[in-house]
Amino acid sequence: MGRAQVNVLEQSVIPEKYSKSKLSAGKKIARHWELYLLVLLPVLYLIIFKYVPMFGVQIAFKDFNVVQGIWGSQWVGLKHFETFFTSPNFYLIIKNTIVISFYSLLAGFPIPIFLALALNEVRTGKFKKSVQMVTYAPHFISTVVMVSIIMLMLTPHVGVIDRVFSFLGWEMTNFMGVPEFFKSIYVWSGVWQEMGYASIIYIAALASVDPSLYEAARVDGASRWKKIIHIDLPSLLPIVVIMLILSLGNIMGVGFEKIYLMQNPLNLSSSEVISTYVYKVGLVGANFSFSSAVGLFNSVINLILLLAVNFFAKKVSETSLW
Amino acid sequence: MIAAKKIKEPFGDRLFLLGIYIFLTLLMLAVLYPLLYIVSSSFSSPRAVVSGQVWLLPVEFSLKAYKSIFNSTQLMYGYYNTIIYTVFGTLINLVFTVLLAYPLSVKSFYGRNLVMILMMITMFFSGGLIPTYLLVKDLDMLDTRWAMWLPGAFSVFQVIVARTFFQSSIPSELSEAAQIDGCRDTRYLVSIVLPLSKPILAVMTLMYAVGHWNAYFDALIYLRSEKLFPLQYVLRNLLILNATDPEMLANTAQKIREQGFEQALKYALIVVASVPVLIMYPFVQKHFVKGVMIGSLKG
Repeated sequence: MGRAQVNVLEQSVIPEKYSKSKLSAGKKIARHWELYLLVLLPVLYLIIFKYVPMFGVQIAFKDFNVVQGIWGSQWVGLKHFETFFTSPNFYLIIKNTIVISFYSLLAGFPIPIFLALALNEVRTGKFKKSVQMVTYAPHFISTVVMVSIIMLMLTPHVGVIDRVFSFLGWEMTNFMGVPEFFKSIYVWSGVWQEMGYASIIYIAALASVDPSLYEAARVDGASRWKKIIHIDLPSLLPIVVIMLILSLGNIMGVGFEKIYLMQNPLNLSSSEVISTYVYKVGLVGANFSFSSAVGLFNSVINLILLLAVNFFAKKVSETSLW
Repeated sequence: MIAAKKIKEPFGDRLFLLGIYIFLTLLMLAVLYPLLYIVSSSFSSPRAVVSGQVWLLPVEFSLKAYKSIFNSTQLMYGYYNTIIYTVFGTLINLVFTVLLAYPLSVKSFYGRNLVMILMMITMFFSGGLIPTYLLVKDLDMLDTRWAMWLPGAFSVFQVIVARTFFQSSIPSELSEAAQIDGCRDTRYLVSIVLPLSKPILAVMTLMYAVGHWNAYFDALIYLRSEKLFPLQYVLRNLLILNATDPEMLANTAQKIREQGFEQALKYALIVVASVPVLIMYPFVQKHFVKGVMIGSLKG
């Protein structure tokens, strides 16, 4: 009964849409044939460059050899996974990956939100613009340059940070060579580089808050602090949840570039993560199958995490990716 | 008027605002200082750099480091290659992004969801490093410029941003009017949609171009020939692996070298490599918020 009513409603309000869906598939395609030509190239690209490698992942279950190629190599089941799980490096690599991720998240996630909230209090003017301009800038520095900046500033005796340390009476150290320092250097330099840029999305969300809410709060005599707590934070919540889902889903996906550049034989016990391991074993060591197995293990975990976090967020806050 | 508003605010609020100003100023200085320090060091004499005299402003102003840098053919090659990778790579990115995003924005495009799903899956799952490498190898693109352009021909995120922009910022009446006038999809895209999408195209161009300018990973994996290496790869060798370029040190006496000329060179290298990007970005900055915000919308 109710269903029939809805149908009637649809018919009367949007008859065009109703009739359109009655068109045959052939007619629908003919109507936009040019779009199919446009989309052809990117779709072919997706199939060749994204889906072919996805099928290539089967080498994780094979003993790849160059002569027989991906399809011709021998199946070996889970051999490479077992080798990885039982290797002495396994525990260390997983631990480093997870610790670096969580550390990055704990340090890097809240700061852009604070920055956005603070900037939102400074309504207009040159000050706000210059804070934004300056804090966004490091995002555009390349990883190579970023890492060399870190290394230059930490150079014993010459780098400015080391000079400050010795001025304060602490011992000079080769920071980059101490495993205990690696994670902090990695994480905090990342915060320095990305906090401004990461705050843009929150600034944009705050800019779209209905101004009448602030006016009502002012009439009620709310202080700036109260306005942040009762207006700004609730408005930010959906976007914060989305960003959190994305970061948690990527917790095993520590980027390769920066870590690889920061690695040296001295700090390796603290800096080896899955992505750098995959590169070294796979491409440098030409152990294609084993390295693919490690990579596949990593992406499957990532996918599961993303789905799980998304599911959880949907239950708890009714905000989710899809 | 601002003054009048401030007087009205209670003491607690003014104190709070003062705290915020202090917080933001400190934050800004913390970001600014390393950048200033690097620029100042690059303009200081090597002796001053190595003896740790530079704190904020250049000490014993000198352009020696810059002069040496421009003697290096290795670095100039890197520059040349990076410009080629960036210009053509960004062009390829933009074409692919628009070709995919526009059809996805047309609601009556039959098969739209299928293409969308095909694309979204690649965002969450990929073959990974080795299978992609093997593909590039099988396509005979190893050690060619194509390896720098094709494996990352577009980013799914940017496609979604563009699609959402086309959907939300271009009135559908335009499309209907164009259809009635007998304007087909391609013509409509080229003469109506693209001219109306300049802000988003500007942000996309910046993002893609910066990505190409700063990339070194693809070069590390796919390239072997020195004459193809992009700037970042050359920089990595000089800055991080501490390889020395004899050409840069050619005109310096042994004595200066001992005083850490290489150290001073590094600061100048950093400046020379980063300046092109850093002077480009303020021009597009005003569009950022738009680009990021659209990307975060679902639809």
